[in-house]
Amino acid sequence: MRDGEPLVRWAWIGDHVDELAHYTGVHLRLGLLPVLLGLLISIPLGILCHRWRWAYPPTLTAANILYSIPSLALFMIFVRYTGLTERTVMIPLTLYTLSVLIPNVVDGLAAVPDPVRQAATAMGFSTVRRVVQVELPIAVPVVVAGVRVAAVSSISLVAVGQLIGQGGLGYYITRGLQLDFPTPIITATVLIMLLALVTDALLVLAQRLLTPWARGKGAAA
Amino acid sequence: MNGFLNQLSLVGDWLTSSQQWHGPDGIPHRLLEHLTYSGLSLLFAALIGLSLGLLVGHTGRGAFAVASVANLARAVPTFGLVVLVVTLAGLSTAPVLVALTALAVPPILINTFEGIRGVDPDARDAARGMGMTGWEVLLKAEVPMALPLILLGLRVAAIQVVATATVAAYPGLGGLGRFIVDGLARNDYELVIGGSAVVVLLALVVQAVFTALRRVVVSPGLRAPASGP
Amino acid sequence: MIRFDAVSKNYPNGTTAVDDLSLELAEGGITVLVGPSGCGKTTTLRMVNRMVEPTAGTVSLRGRDIRDVAAPELRRGIGYVIQHAGLFPHRTVLDNIATVPLLLGWGRKKARARAAELLELVGLPAGMAKRYPYQLSGGQQQRVGVARALGADPPVLLMDEPFSAVDPIVRAELQTELIRLQKELRKTIVFVTHDIDEAIKLGDNIAVFRTGGRLAQFDSPERLLADPADDFVAGFVGQDRGIRRLSFVDAAELPLREGRVLSAATPVARARAVDEPWVLVVDGDRRPLGWAAVGGLPDEGTLADAVLAPLGHTFSLAGDSARAALDAALLSPSRLAVGVDAQGKVVGVADAYELSAATSGPEKDGPSTSAAPSGEVGKQGPPVHEAGEKR
Repeated sequence: MRDGEPLVRWAWIGDHVDELAHYTGVHLRLGLLPVLLGLLISIPLGILCHRWRWAYPPTLTAANILYSIPSLALFMIFVRYTGLTERTVMIPLTLYTLSVLIPNVVDGLAAVPDPVRQAATAMGFSTVRRVVQVELPIAVPVVVAGVRVAAVSSISLVAVGQLIGQGGLGYYITRGLQLDFPTPIITATVLIMLLALVTDALLVLAQRLLTPWARGKGAAA
Repeated sequence: MNGFLNQLSLVGDWLTSSQQWHGPDGIPHRLLEHLTYSGLSLLFAALIGLSLGLLVGHTGRGAFAVASVANLARAVPTFGLVVLVVTLAGLSTAPVLVALTALAVPPILINTFEGIRGVDPDARDAARGMGMTGWEVLLKAEVPMALPLILLGLRVAAIQVVATATVAAYPGLGGLGRFIVDGLARNDYELVIGGSAVVVLLALVVQAVFTALRRVVVSPGLRAPASGP
Repeated sequence: MIRFDAVSKNYPNGTTAVDDLSLELAEGGITVLVGPSGCGKTTTLRMVNRMVEPTAGTVSLRGRDIRDVAAPELRRGIGYVIQHAGLFPHRTVLDNIATVPLLLGWGRKKARARAAELLELVGLPAGMAKRYPYQLSGGQQQRVGVARALGADPPVLLMDEPFSAVDPIVRAELQTELIRLQKELRKTIVFVTHDIDEAIKLGDNIAVFRTGGRLAQFDSPERLLADPADDFVAGFVGQDRGIRRLSFVDAAELPLREGRVLSAATPVARARAVDEPWVLVVDGDRRPLGWAAVGGLPDEGTLADAVLAPLGHTFSLAGDSARAALDAALLSPSRLAVGVDAQGKVVGVADAYELSAATSGPEKDGPSTSAAPSGEVGKQGPPVHEAGEKR
């Protein structure tokens, strides 16, 4: 850092509001679309793993191995196929969410009290209808807990995508390093944290609205 | 699939060429750097996370503060933090260790805390009823029962640290990330993909080590099916 | 109306849950399946709505083999109540009750109106409609469970130990409530329990199962108590089955004596002349006031001057059973039970020994053991079909 440079130059932030807003939007898209995709993959996989327990350990192991591959390496592997595009960032981020979302879908379904499942069957629910109308709604709190973790870590990981030119607010992090100028780095880092925390808070709120029945002492039999 | 095989043979060529195995730019040297960053950060993080987690979990005081701090810490983008620390404090190992340690503390802390707090109250009660002191309750009852979660926290932290240590190469530090960053800069795809392969292998080894550790350390009575990342 | 024909259920691991069961359950009555754990009673119940499929034999409902109906469709026409109610935690009480009507495509408004009706029927205030299950007590949840099972007004109700997870006081309430409901609705109810007292209280007929899924006896509760088929049934019914049988003897048939009942205006000397340790003092309307110990009477005056011991319980000749009378006798300071009529006027008293005579079997000359089944609510005559084990 150059001598005499303040930690944060507020004027710079004022000059870049529009640009910051643009990159914030990009960042949100890059971070949250993978969570949505991950959820779309995890729900059917979770249902299958719940129904056929033997499929769960291998599925989970596969998801955990994917998760353990460093993001930088995974980006590089996908560059070959999808180029330096947003997809190259979103595919690995989607794969990362699986290791959180699949177990949460399975745990959520397992948390459905057996009497409830029995009662639904006895009342004449078909299997598909029972899963959609009874079991999945009851699993919502546990699934949302997973979505929160996935969303927060996904938003913070997007920045690494800047190394292939697609990092949302990560742009300011590399830019700041190149210019030896801390203001953009701090701004971007704080913004990313805020995005993550606000998303987290919104998810908590959404869950409250979605599951008024779980407000008291959690799911009752 | 063809592309994938191509990548594999590329990796094979790169890995077997002898120049990768010597000198400061060789794999052994970079791997050692990588392991040093990761190992030291993990050690510091474990010291902080385990002691705090045990303390808060055992006494039950400060639970809310722990949860909030961990939640906040999870939201910090490590890439930003590493770059920021380097920009502010200059290029040396210390700032990387600080950033990686900060990254690794939350999963260790929160899992240790949750593990201890989640111990069956009846079992804890029984331990106390048998005349164990507070320390004995912690070490002979709570810790062994919380071990699966504690190990999970350590594993998540280790994997994140090993993966993130790659990022340290970007602002000019060593480690396995160098291959990727230099390859990108020189447009040398062979170097990028070869470096990535080594990192993936290391991550898999870490994962395997923790799976093995779990087998050895955790009582068979507690070995529920693994879950979580 | 529900008929089991040589039904067996074997599992691949070699266990037999139900062994060659033939049974016909009467329409509009409560049939209780009772027995120890692992006797196949729940399996039998669950074969009715195809939650369990038999390995051999057929189950038919109103003459139709239940395998001819698709399982979900069959189940929508059969109410099912289980131990922990199994309410949907994510739906309000009202929407829980409306579940089956909605499945049947009734339309939300009609289904909810029906649910509100049922809420009232099971004795819950309308204000509970909007609550979630976690906001209810165990007994209330169980009432909602019953209401939900009645959603589409099914002719058949299957109840699998529905009251065994609530405390004894609530359980007794729910049992009474079920008897009241049944009087109104006349459903064909199959009720599983391991509690013989519950079986006797609720059942029009009782099927006792033994371990290994064999039917041991199928009879009315009175006959089960009076004449157990074998040692297993006798043991299961219990050593105190004699006392239980008193439940089936009408208090109206008990021998009562009037000589010990004296009005408060009676002179003390006349009370002494009765030559009994205790006399019952009544007012001018023959309403009981209390017991007077003859040994402790004042030297002169009337019984109104005597210190009276509390009356204890009375039993009513209009509705109580002999068991209530025995209870009253054992709890009274005089060891005498006071029988009153519907207006609460004393008819007479009896001691525990006289009452116990009513428990002796039909072969003995008891005062009322030849009586027909008592007029208890919801009770019916003997079983339609004596089911035995086909050999």
